[in-house]
Amino acid sequence: MTIFNIHIFDRNGTCLYYHEWNRRKQAGMSREEEFKLMYGMIFSIKSFIARMSPTDYKDGFTNFKTNKYKLHFYETPSGLKFILTTDLSVNNTRDVLQQIYSQIFVEFVVKNPLCNLGEPISSELFKIKLDNFVRGLPYFQIRQS
Amino acid sequence: MRQIGEIKMAIYSVYVVNRAGGLIYQLDHTSAKTEIEKTFSYPLELVLRIVDERVVVSFGQRDGIKVGHTLLAINGDPVNGRSLEDGRDVLEVIADAENYPIAIKFGRPKLSSNERIMLASMFHSLYVISSQLSPEPKSSGIEVLQTDTFKLNCYQTLTGIKFIVLTDPRQGGVDSLLKKIYEIYADFALKNPFYSLDMPIRCELFDENLKGALESAERTGMYTANV
Repeated sequence: MTIFNIHIFDRNGTCLYYHEWNRRKQAGMSREEEFKLMYGMIFSIKSFIARMSPTDYKDGFTNFKTNKYKLHFYETPSGLKFILTTDLSVNNTRDVLQQIYSQIFVEFVVKNPLCNLGEPISSELFKIKLDNFVRGLPYFQIRQS
Repeated sequence: MRQIGEIKMAIYSVYVVNRAGGLIYQLDHTSAKTEIEKTFSYPLELVLRIVDERVVVSFGQRDGIKVGHTLLAINGDPVNGRSLEDGRDVLEVIADAENYPIAIKFGRPKLSSNERIMLASMFHSLYVISSQLSPEPKSSGIEVLQTDTFKLNCYQTLTGIKFIVLTDPRQGGVDSLLKKIYEIYADFALKNPFYSLDMPIRCELFDENLKGALESAERTGMYTANV
């Protein structure tokens, strides 16, 4: 059971943070292009389900699964998007992503006077806290590859 | 034997997309009821706006009528875009105090066939992108997309045809249902001598058998091959 990587985007599409723990395949394009493609894909999926949904929805898109990985998504009311890719055995991560937002992002980025919102996060404290939190999750394991 | 008060699992719709991303078949099996009709007195407390040639609620959510709901009918007469069937403009009718009290029906807009074609192609591209962005090698595209009101399952065959089914999030056995739909496609569309590959499917037997498979999946709450 492993976690592959995490993206954090703000409401304008700027990638505020990216980190990978286990990733076997690179995207074949530069990091910036990959961020834009990821944001674009998520934005399109949200728009797609808004039209397709047979009834009014509350939370919207929560996750999608392919045959090799699962992508979890959480969006705050302020437009911050947390995207986590994990392997298939991981189930509900909505509360994990909510914790990452409220206990790590808000505490160490929003409340930090030196961190400007809308810019990529450069706070070392945030990186360390997030890394410790993710490694402490019960389903995190570094793969021997 | 049915239990009293059993939850009816719903299969909302089925889409079949060809190799190029074009929609070749679409069926709405069940649609959730999201229409609300209410009688209003002057002045109307909802703020209406024209979006994409439709009259949409933009502010003033109340009593189950939500932002984004479209105006479907006035006093029982269905609304076509922004005018009634007899040609009167909807916003003018609503602004005129003499027409009150007025009964207006709101609901989620039904997708037009152009929109469905567009959404199918959109999904086709999203499928490819999700495979490209995969952190693991040799990943397929989106197979299950979960939201809080529906679940989308997609099965891509070796020939590139995608079978997409939208169901209630609790519905089980959709994988076997998708394989069954593939079988029905092979039997009643591909073997039909008048059907050409990658074209829209207009075969009666395909429709009938598909509806039968969907009904047995809904009835049992999950599809089993024995039924």
